[in-house]
Amino acid sequence: MSQINRLSGGKIDRHQILNFTFDGKTYQGHPGDTLASALLANDVRLMGRSFKYHRPRGVLTAGSEEPNAIVELREGSRQEPNTRATTAELYDGLISKSQNKIGSLRFDLMAVNDRFSNFLTAGFYYKTFMWPSAFWEKFYEPIIRKAAGLGSISLKDDPDDYDRGFLHCDLLIIGAGPAGLAAALTAGRAGAQIIIADEDFSFGGRLNSERFTLGDQSGSDWTGQTVAELSSLPNVRIMARTTVLGAFDHGIFGALERVSDHLLQPAPGKPRQIFWRIYTKGSLLCAGATERPIAFENNDRPGIMLAGAMRSYANRWAVTTARKVAVFTNNDDGHRTAADLHAKGVSIAAVIDIRPDAPQSNDFEVIAGGQIINSRGRLGLKSIDIALPAGGIRQLSCGALGVSGGWNPNIHLTSHHRGRPEWLPDIAAFGPPAKGPAGLRVAGAAKGDLTTSGALNSGTEQANAWLKDLGFVPTAPDLPEAEDAPISITPFWFVKGCKRAWLDQQNDVTVKDVHLAHQENFVSVEHLKRYTTLGMATDQGKTSNMGGLAILAELTGKAIPEVGTTVFRPPYTPTAIGAFAGRDRGTAFRPTRKTPSHAWAEEQGAVFVEVGMWLRAQWFPKEGETDWRQSVDREVLATRKSVGVCDVTTLGKIDVQGADAATFLNKIYCNGFAKLAVGKTRYGLMLREDGIAMDDGTTARLAEDHFVATTTTANAVSVFRHMEFARQCLWPNLDVQLISTTEAWAQYAVAGPNARRLLQKIVDPEFDLSNEAFPFMACANITVCGGLRARLFRISFSGELAYELAVPTHYGDAMIRRLMQAGEEFDAVPYGTEALGVMRIEKGHAAGNELNGTTTALNLGMARMVSKTKDSIGSTLSERSGLKREDALKLVGLRPVNPANPVPAGSHLMSKGDPVDAAHDQGYVTSACFSPNLGHFIALAYVKSGDSRMGEILRLVSPLTGFDHEVEVVSAHFIDPEGERLRA
Amino acid sequence: MIINHPLLGPRDSAEFTYMGDASLIDRPDWKNPQALTQFIDYGYMRDNPAGAHCELWYHEQGDRSFLVVTRDTTTHEIFSVELARDVARSRGRST
Amino acid sequence: MHDLIATTALGAAAPCVDHHGPISLTEEPGFALASIAARRGGERTTILAIRRMIGPTAPKAGHWAGARIIAFWTGPDQWMLEAPYDSEEFLFERAIKEVKGKASITEQTGAWCRFDLRGTNLAAVMERLCPINMATFTTGSATRSSIHHLGCFVLCRNADHISILGPRSSAASLHHGLLTAIRAAF
Repeated sequence: MSQINRLSGGKIDRHQILNFTFDGKTYQGHPGDTLASALLANDVRLMGRSFKYHRPRGVLTAGSEEPNAIVELREGSRQEPNTRATTAELYDGLISKSQNKIGSLRFDLMAVNDRFSNFLTAGFYYKTFMWPSAFWEKFYEPIIRKAAGLGSISLKDDPDDYDRGFLHCDLLIIGAGPAGLAAALTAGRAGAQIIIADEDFSFGGRLNSERFTLGDQSGSDWTGQTVAELSSLPNVRIMARTTVLGAFDHGIFGALERVSDHLLQPAPGKPRQIFWRIYTKGSLLCAGATERPIAFENNDRPGIMLAGAMRSYANRWAVTTARKVAVFTNNDDGHRTAADLHAKGVSIAAVIDIRPDAPQSNDFEVIAGGQIINSRGRLGLKSIDIALPAGGIRQLSCGALGVSGGWNPNIHLTSHHRGRPEWLPDIAAFGPPAKGPAGLRVAGAAKGDLTTSGALNSGTEQANAWLKDLGFVPTAPDLPEAEDAPISITPFWFVKGCKRAWLDQQNDVTVKDVHLAHQENFVSVEHLKRYTTLGMATDQGKTSNMGGLAILAELTGKAIPEVGTTVFRPPYTPTAIGAFAGRDRGTAFRPTRKTPSHAWAEEQGAVFVEVGMWLRAQWFPKEGETDWRQSVDREVLATRKSVGVCDVTTLGKIDVQGADAATFLNKIYCNGFAKLAVGKTRYGLMLREDGIAMDDGTTARLAEDHFVATTTTANAVSVFRHMEFARQCLWPNLDVQLISTTEAWAQYAVAGPNARRLLQKIVDPEFDLSNEAFPFMACANITVCGGLRARLFRISFSGELAYELAVPTHYGDAMIRRLMQAGEEFDAVPYGTEALGVMRIEKGHAAGNELNGTTTALNLGMARMVSKTKDSIGSTLSERSGLKREDALKLVGLRPVNPANPVPAGSHLMSKGDPVDAAHDQGYVTSACFSPNLGHFIALAYVKSGDSRMGEILRLVSPLTGFDHEVEVVSAHFIDPEGERLRA
Repeated sequence: MIINHPLLGPRDSAEFTYMGDASLIDRPDWKNPQALTQFIDYGYMRDNPAGAHCELWYHEQGDRSFLVVTRDTTTHEIFSVELARDVARSRGRST
Repeated sequence: MHDLIATTALGAAAPCVDHHGPISLTEEPGFALASIAARRGGERTTILAIRRMIGPTAPKAGHWAGARIIAFWTGPDQWMLEAPYDSEEFLFERAIKEVKGKASITEQTGAWCRFDLRGTNLAAVMERLCPINMATFTTGSATRSSIHHLGCFVLCRNADHISILGPRSSAASLHHGLLTAIRAAF
């Protein structure tokens, strides 16, 4: 029969039936249900297997603190492991599975672990897998890996999206129970911008779970009315299904909103979850309290749960776990559970209260001074054994047991900044630290005000305190009269003599484990936690930490506050990594930068390569070319023979202006710029302050007070940053202004013997491009194509007669088309980054491989560029003796002795006859390529004293791949060493 | 963290790039006879205080100002935020 | 007059327009930009020059001002000028004349793409994009922020109209990010 455990009442919509499955079997529930409440309604108590011993487990709680009822939700690519059935909102079509079992949930083969429990105690791994050490990798680790973890993952891409967002408010209220709602009403009516967030899908907190009245209203009616009023206020943002995960610095909170977890799948375009970053002036923690259990022998059977949870299931979800239940308590609150279930017609076997003076009831038996010493039932609770105060043991049959050891304030966020919680003797629990995160106040049960009246009042009080601080006029809402029963509790943590009494049900840590840890001298709470793993699972010990501390306190003869507690860290509840990643995944992982010629290059069938965020054309395959080398060789040969065009927009361009621009550049570059003539361009080498080469590029002087500096593509951002540092922090009185113009200009290199003839068709006729009028390293503002403003630089990376032409970026597409059209008569080719690389290696130009963060001007063969007559960044530390040693690495060229051999980059060089080891290393290859002009491979390399070793034959080795060939040290300038071409 | 930018008000530290110890402003004089030693200290020697620390933050996703932020390294409390340009000038940095 | 045809940042001849729910997202190619940075000692002259171009007040930190030509603050003693492209293609040259050597001017027209969001409750979109507090980001506000890892200028033209200027090379990524946020919000 369906839902045999359903009671009357509750906050569920009985008119609607929701079908769902658990382990393949179909059940029914209602809107308002969680997976846990719906399973209990259908008399399913067994929901999972424990982590280590694979013991049968059921639901312990009714909230996010749940350690046991951890299930897999959904299937296929949306399968999600380790989800708490107690917070999973039921929807029609929900598919769920139990986890951590081999075979079925009822007959888990791994349950054999329980038989070997003596071997699986605290420190089991550290003790067992020590030797033989060779066993670790091949034997132990695979077994442990297989056994470890609870759920399984789909190994498929998550089809859903996650958003990130940013919110601002005056006051963030965390938790929408009585304290949070009272606070929101107070601050909302005063006009403050507030956000009130609660992890539950239904506001009200414990008011949903209690029978208390507020004034003449039921708790849920008052909640409904309050939420309705808050919703009507434009300054209040209500966020249900939103967990505030962490308190970060200066009023920043992280919160996860589950937008679509309660739907079969997210609506089109909508995210599954949103990770919000909330900026707030003030914050108020009203996170309530979590009940804690009492440990006794075999206290982990399905059917044994927290008494408050049992009451929640009855009142909020109209569910009882069994038709006959018992309660075990050390405080008055436990009796409420019995009273509420009795009122719902559930039979109460007894209330076992450890206190001899426990209050009696007319409705059910109370065994004052009794203690539960064992439980029975293989897959679910059947009976309990009670040690009676007068002696003797009584066995009592019941299908469920509610346990209450008192309530712990949910102070997690208050210790996210390392604040140490403080002991509250009245409620025998830790309360918020004296010094929590700045700007975080606490109210309600989270503060230790465990009564409804206390919560309402402290919520109002703390909200008013904030209003005052924030400059609003405090208000006093008409609070209803509410429950105000005194808290009566006798601290009691575990039943003496118990061994396999579970403290941490998720990590299978028992009372005995804590004893063992203590016996082995783990007496600090931090050590206890790590040695036993107490409180380290997905529930982070929300129900178990206190029990462990209390036992440790007893064993060490200290009071609990002396033992102290571990502090909490974000996130408050487990959070999917996807939520942190947001939309940054796949092709949207980071923005893509496209060059102005991108569309045109795509039309040409270009192959693209990622260079940082840029997509650059790598080569342009022509019909019939099957190998990238064919394309690249063709592009190189055609360029050197006639003319080629390459998009070089990606190089960083920085506009440097001001009366002191030249002085500034003199400090930035190790070589001089002050005397550079207007209309000229110069190569500059930029050093870090430690003398290591940072970047290089050409800088053009367009006017006395106006330069354009170029950077390498990769360093555009860091060079700009470096120059701003120098401008603002080092030489703040120089008159110099910087702005990036990388994106403002589309820039094309036009290289090859016919470069001038091609450009003469583009550049307007009034600009003379002859070698005399516009020689090598000239630059000018010009116009092209009948009047479009442009810049022309006669610079050459390829070693050919070459120019770089810049036009405003929006004309970049038009310009590449015009250039290629004009170049048709010269058989102009477009060339990509590979051909660019080949030509610069042939020419012996250094690039990123050579400026690799370890090399100096001396290594690069540019020591003479470091001016000694002026101060520049890096010039002084370049003088360190260690950087100027005689056998310093020098940049040279290499060519294979056997022209058929490759010269792989990364290979190392050894002198002939020397052993191949690091001690005899002579240097390494930085860049290598096949030179189609020379017909063999060539390379650039750093070689010790390389400049004086021309002609020497070295061994080029790669011990990893077994590569070992002879190469000859040659000049790095393979092509046109005299530079005749580029000056032609 | 929130950095209270002197010109733009409170801004998320995520907009900034951390640029190290503010002592980087105090670049030695290259003409000093002890320049090499001074530059080595400048480049490599850093205090690592548990407490107030002056550091440079660059508002890279903002107005491109370098700021000198005095921050408690143990609590992240920020005591002062100044434009690095002003600090550099006040310390006599010139050409 | 040259005969080259400009393309929009998204690469087409005509600007891209999208509508979703109450929001429209339009690519706005029709404007010229020039940066203006006061030289040392030229701060006053620069502000006066800006006023001559845009109107009675030069914008302070975090703001824009002006009408046909506007300026927005980009950094200490630095602004960006924006004007309709058709009439002010040579905005940078005009600015150079105005500042008389007391400020550095750089043409920035091609460097930026601009997308305009129009509609009610733009805050619902913006809160998924960047940390700007929309409650205080009212008409006249302008700031730089990071949107999808891109440094963007955001201008509140009025409550129902926001402009986002991003690096031109990433126009497609930015457009995708904006459209995604709109569809997630509405």
